[in-house]
Amino acid sequence: MKESPTSTSDVTIKELETRGIQVRKIEKEVYEVFIGPQHPGSGHMRIIVRLDGDIIAEADPDIGYVHRTMEKLSEVREWLKPIPLLERMTIIDACNITVPYVNALEKLMDKAPPPRASYLRVLLCEINRVASHLYGFGIFGVFLGHSTAYMWAFGDREVFVELAEILTGARLTHTYPIPGGVRRDMPQDFPEMARRAVKYMRRRLIEYQRIFLDNPVIVKRLEGVGVISKSLAAELGIVGPNIRGSGIKYDVRLIEPYEVYDELEFEIPVYEEGDALARTWVRVEEIKQSLNIIEQAVDWLERHKGELILSKDDYDKLPKLHKEIYEKTGRVKLLPVHASMKIPAGKAVARGEAGRGEIFYYVESDGGTVPYRVRVVTPSARNAIVFKYIVPGHKLMDLPAIYGSIDYFPPESDR
Amino acid sequence: MVEALSLDNIINSIKLNLEGLVKSISISKGYIEVVVDASHIVEAALKLKSMGYDHVKSITAIDYPKESKIRVVYHASSYINEDLAKTIIGLTADIPRDNPVIDSLSQVWRSVEFQEREVYEFFGVIFREHPDLRPLLVIPELAEKKVLRKDFIVKEESIYEGIPHKY
Repeated sequence: MKESPTSTSDVTIKELETRGIQVRKIEKEVYEVFIGPQHPGSGHMRIIVRLDGDIIAEADPDIGYVHRTMEKLSEVREWLKPIPLLERMTIIDACNITVPYVNALEKLMDKAPPPRASYLRVLLCEINRVASHLYGFGIFGVFLGHSTAYMWAFGDREVFVELAEILTGARLTHTYPIPGGVRRDMPQDFPEMARRAVKYMRRRLIEYQRIFLDNPVIVKRLEGVGVISKSLAAELGIVGPNIRGSGIKYDVRLIEPYEVYDELEFEIPVYEEGDALARTWVRVEEIKQSLNIIEQAVDWLERHKGELILSKDDYDKLPKLHKEIYEKTGRVKLLPVHASMKIPAGKAVARGEAGRGEIFYYVESDGGTVPYRVRVVTPSARNAIVFKYIVPGHKLMDLPAIYGSIDYFPPESDR
Repeated sequence: MVEALSLDNIINSIKLNLEGLVKSISISKGYIEVVVDASHIVEAALKLKSMGYDHVKSITAIDYPKESKIRVVYHASSYINEDLAKTIIGLTADIPRDNPVIDSLSQVWRSVEFQEREVYEFFGVIFREHPDLRPLLVIPELAEKKVLRKDFIVKEESIYEGIPHKY
């Protein structure tokens, strides 16, 4: 057996003991179990678990199986081209992933999108958030052997994937925001469809509660499992619904509102318990809030028909033919100058709230046609640390429950 | 409701708390850049933590081959204190490119542990006193190439190279 990293495991156990969980010292007879990387519910990652009996003594998340060097590839592509590249790390949450990158470029260019473009971005972000939470919910059902939740969640996710398709033309990788605007306007029949989807989902959430969240078998598997205290959550730097399930009211949409989130009314659900059940509830409550935002955004967009979806100076630069296409179809056809544009030298930081939590971009320009440095830290990358520090002390059967409640998404983590 | 701290207030309190450590402090787009000497990074981080900056969002390294240096930036912020959460502090230190060694901040902020491993594998920066410094995402053979440094060139296969375009 490999020599285990000792110093950190000592700290872990000490920390866990202060939270009242009994952890046995690692005995000589320790089983090393590889969970993953082929999909046993773990996805494209591996957790090396060292077991003492059926108690997990140590867990080492071994990630990187789907690493695609996105930061390096961004440095050799013109400014716009990382947008379709980056969104591929979380195709189920594409708009939330790309909006902060575009925001960082806009900060460097001193450019702001018109309000209609911002509302369209927010609309797609919230559709993505609902779809992404439903995806996580479905996978969670598989983890716990609850196949109905899986079928329902994936079926209902289709409603929102279709909405996104009607809005952008693509089911998943929309490549929707561009610096200074968005690429397509809302079709005329969209508001009616969105309202029906919202109404449908509200009804379905009640049924979800009855079959899954209040199900005694599920409650037994989740309650008091994988507890992360408030201070430990802050110390580990985890993000998203996971930190809001531990009593910390942190959501970038609230803390540093980007786009038009400060004009919309919504609440940030927070649960104090910090266990797997609380994290699941946060996601369900967030779906409800996202549905509210979708309604408000659609109402606003209906009231402000005909406004530009591209910044004024970009629109003025378009040749006559492109303007005609824009007027007829609501589609922005980009010019070659967009691909070869230069961005003033400088550095900018932008953050946004993706489905799984905060996404962070650091973008540096040297004034050229390609980024000098793009640093992206995704929510799952920051949540991976949970496996190392929270999983030890639990029974092996609790691992799927913790994994599912964290809503970890390997391609997003590996970038 | 408590009024949000202004940027000037935050800068002043950082200057006060990190007295003698700060080389320069400036407002960048989206964050406050605090440059310190690499040898003082742990001290500065401890002071920031005692001010309420309880976690690190990102560790970035940026390679400047012309100046023969690597810049390491820790973007820290707060969860518990809602006023501090509104700003991001970029704790910055420059280290020489041919001997990239810096003290690890994993004893100050636990949240840096995995990301320091990432900077180690992509830039070859050695974090002293890191509890478990090994590559995180890529295999050790690839980590040796330090792929995110500027002198690692991404080669793209050009299938049609050498074919004359004659009509």
